[in-house]
Amino acid sequence: MALKTEPIVVNIGPQHPSTHGVFRMRVTFDGEVIVDLEPCLGYLHRGIEKLAETRTYTQNIPLTDRLDYLASMTNNLAYVLAVEKLAGVAVPERAEHLRVIMAELMRISSHLMAVGAFLNDCGAFMTPFLYMFREREKILDLFEMVCGQRLTYNYMRIGGVSHDIPDEFLPALRRFIAEMPGFIDEYDQLLASNEILLARAKGVGILPAKLAINTSASGPVLRASGVKWDIRQADPYSVYDRFDFGIPTGEVGDVYDRYWVRIQEMRQSVRILSQAVEQLPSGEVCASMPCLLRPPVGEAYGHIEGPKGELGFYLVSDNSIAPYRFHIRAPTLINLTALRDMTVGWKLADAIIIFGSIDICLAEVDR
Amino acid sequence: MTTLLCGHEVAKQITDFLPDAVAVGDGTSVIIKGERLLPVAQFLQNTPGLDFDYLVSITGVDYAGYFEVVYHLTSIKHNHGLILKTRCYSRENPALPSVTSVWRGADFQEREIYDLMGISFSGHPNLRRIFLWEGFPGYPLRRDYL
Repeated sequence: MALKTEPIVVNIGPQHPSTHGVFRMRVTFDGEVIVDLEPCLGYLHRGIEKLAETRTYTQNIPLTDRLDYLASMTNNLAYVLAVEKLAGVAVPERAEHLRVIMAELMRISSHLMAVGAFLNDCGAFMTPFLYMFREREKILDLFEMVCGQRLTYNYMRIGGVSHDIPDEFLPALRRFIAEMPGFIDEYDQLLASNEILLARAKGVGILPAKLAINTSASGPVLRASGVKWDIRQADPYSVYDRFDFGIPTGEVGDVYDRYWVRIQEMRQSVRILSQAVEQLPSGEVCASMPCLLRPPVGEAYGHIEGPKGELGFYLVSDNSIAPYRFHIRAPTLINLTALRDMTVGWKLADAIIIFGSIDICLAEVDR
Repeated sequence: MTTLLCGHEVAKQITDFLPDAVAVGDGTSVIIKGERLLPVAQFLQNTPGLDFDYLVSITGVDYAGYFEVVYHLTSIKHNHGLILKTRCYSRENPALPSVTSVWRGADFQEREIYDLMGISFSGHPNLRRIFLWEGFPGYPLRRDYL
């Protein structure tokens, strides 16, 4: 006698420990195997783009902190770069170096969170997460020294940065640079040689290079698929063209490669940090700017390689004090486009780690 | 450094392929007619020397008299970029062809423009509101929405 079967639809989220925020996946199962998946978004939509059109250019900097709050510094950087491009502002050398230092510290911090949360999803409950938090704490201490904040920094300014670094900053940063490679080895040793992790991650959720490009994936997701594309080298901004660093790429584009690429990127970030500290010039940290900036009529697209992918701001100016149009190219929203392709054919537990390996932040997805 | 291709030259190449597609080509961008968007997108993706394989971003802008949709394209192979624009003049039923069949990265971004700006994209596989709920009154990113 043939058993009667039918596909079953399960909502994962919007409140679920593995969705990293208020995200819902509408998953159709055939038994335990995923046959369809649809991301449902908007639970954290705050209308930041509309809000930004009513505020001055400088007032918008704290709004960008509230996009991907795990990478506030790089959000600030992408936005001020776009405004500087629009208004034609030159930035002092010291400020450029400080921006690179902050951006790379932010990248390490964001990758630590990504890797920690991903291992949490794999079932290594909380232990690796707390290892990662140990080093993230040191980065947050450094940020607290320069701007007094630990989450929403509001540190970058149009034309530079808000404060010069205090005296205790550089010794603490040098200590961090000296220690960090050892800690990265420790993570790698704990995890990359772990048979359970390898069994869960190798060959799972493959995103082929061609599909990654076609779905506009960016950041570690794109590079894990073997595409050597990093805006810091492809279209250098700030002073990135003066530093020597590599771009790690994966081979097959599976969950393991995305994990591995992030670990390697942290090593490269430490390399950039040590060069930036050595080259740090003295001088001003902010160009002199008018109180109310009125950029000439025109448009500009400024983009950076954020920790989660290409973060871009498209600004249109009508020569008033507020942007006429303020659009955010959110990397994590666009990286989700390929989620269905990566998960179909895998089981529920795999979907959780495939989703975790993309590393999204819902505050940026929904804006 | 990603070189931004000159709008005049790309406009000339597009005109050779499709004589009536280009509206204006200026130094930084190419403005094409909305109804010709899909063949132009295929042309830009498949022509050797252009090879625009990567759609960076799509933005809708409401300039009082018309909507402008801006496509930032990049070729990973050649490391060059292009800003492609198209306009729709209807305020009641603005519509454009969808480019999801060429670049699937357009999927969520077109849904976002449909949701917040009210421009519909014909040929999109799943054109529903993405952030706001069905039945939400109006399109918040339009300039006349207060």
